Amino acid sequence: MTLDPTRIAAVTGLALLLAAPVALAPVLFAPGALAQGDPIAERQEIMKGVGDATRTGVRMVRGEAPFDLDAARETFAVYVDAAERMPGLFPEGSESGGGTEAAAVIWEDKGGFEALFVEFGERSAAGLAATTDQASFQAALGTATQSCRTCHEQFRVDN
Amino acid sequence: MIDALQKAAVVAATLAVLAVFGFFLLTDPDLDGTGLERPPGGEVDLANGETLFWAGGCASCHATPGREDPLHLGGGLALETDYGTFNVPNLSPSRDGIFGWTTAQFVRAMRGGVSPDGEHYYPSFPYTSYARMTAADLRDLHGFLMTLEPVDGVAPSHDLAFPYNIRRGIGLWKLAFLDGEPFAAPEGMDPLLARGAYLVEGPGHCAECHSPRNALGAIRDDARFAGGPNPEGRGFIPNITPHETGIGGWSRTEIVELLASGFTPEFDVIGGSMAKVVDNTARLSGEDREAMAAYLLSLPPRPQTPRD
Repeated sequence: MTLDPTRIAAVTGLALLLAAPVALAPVLFAPGALAQGDPIAERQEIMKGVGDATRTGVRMVRGEAPFDLDAARETFAVYVDAAERMPGLFPEGSESGGGTEAAAVIWEDKGGFEALFVEFGERSAAGLAATTDQASFQAALGTATQSCRTCHEQFRVDN
Repeated sequence: MIDALQKAAVVAATLAVLAVFGFFLLTDPDLDGTGLERPPGGEVDLANGETLFWAGGCASCHATPGREDPLHLGGGLALETDYGTFNVPNLSPSRDGIFGWTTAQFVRAMRGGVSPDGEHYYPSFPYTSYARMTAADLRDLHGFLMTLEPVDGVAPSHDLAFPYNIRRGIGLWKLAFLDGEPFAAPEGMDPLLARGAYLVEGPGHCAECHSPRNALGAIRDDARFAGGPNPEGRGFIPNITPHETGIGGWSRTEIVELLASGFTPEFDVIGGSMAKVVDNTARLSGEDREAMAAYLLSLPPRPQTPRD
């Protein structure tokens, strides 16, 4: 077997090609990437983002963090995005598994469930528009987060 | 001549009579004297009564469903359980509720689980916890309830499966599981912890949902506060002992926050039946929430009850 440069290049190329899936696996199957096809993981990820945004907002309202207008508006932007994406993430077949806390009543009362996201989205969009300082942010945040409780009370079971 | 068969029949009949007699004897609501103590006289402290109303979570079950008014205590909420459906009665000072009840009757109901008509209440009404309350506190709570709006209307009777529908049988359950001891802080207990213990174990009746129950429906002492299946339907009620599977790692401030606003340390908003509990604890004083949090953090850490 001769060691000509073409051959070395070809073997190296083949080896790289074969190794690629192994090397890239952590990237391809990262939780974020997997979530694309997994509504339960995706909605949990969105809700976690809502929680993080709420923490940022509440800390500013309480004066535990300095008030920052952009960060305050970003809180509502996260809510608006969540309100748009969440209702589509409860297809048939995603009722259980994956540590979901979705209550069965979601699939029995889709109308009521989705109406709460419409309300949450509207309150958040209004909050985004109304927030100009800490006082207006505080009032709008209080209104928007009422939707959290209403929905969790009716449509979530603790697991 | 009396043959063996006749003998056996006589013995069986005697045993049956004794069993029936024994059942009635042992299930007599007057057998246990819990809550029969004379309520203290003196001025009714309505502000204290209101505090106990929120601490006791009365509205969570007795408020008329759909009214969004915790002081409109018409009852009618249906609690779906493994035993059947409990329909929560009217607690307002109406003739359909507690109008005309004396303080003594109220104390007897809350601590002994016996109605003014002399019947047992089912322990879905958590008198096993309310029995820890002092008679003076109950006098104040009674006074406060009597200031609320009378609401007419009687809830339907409970709809329970046999044998749970034999109300008299609750007497046996009480003999086994109602100790009826009022709360007494151990000597030298920190006053904040003592207040917290009283609120959590007594009016707050936290253990009633946050503990698993045995086959007879009594709280398992070995796993008290370690979480358990939701007695009112689907889901699981979390462990509230300071174990890593419970609230271990939570600060006192974080527990106070949850009781005040419903936010968990992850800024999740509490839902399910706890949402209504937070409506109540949010109305307590900051010190009372501090006390409850301090007591919860002092509980023996226990691993979460396994789910089956």
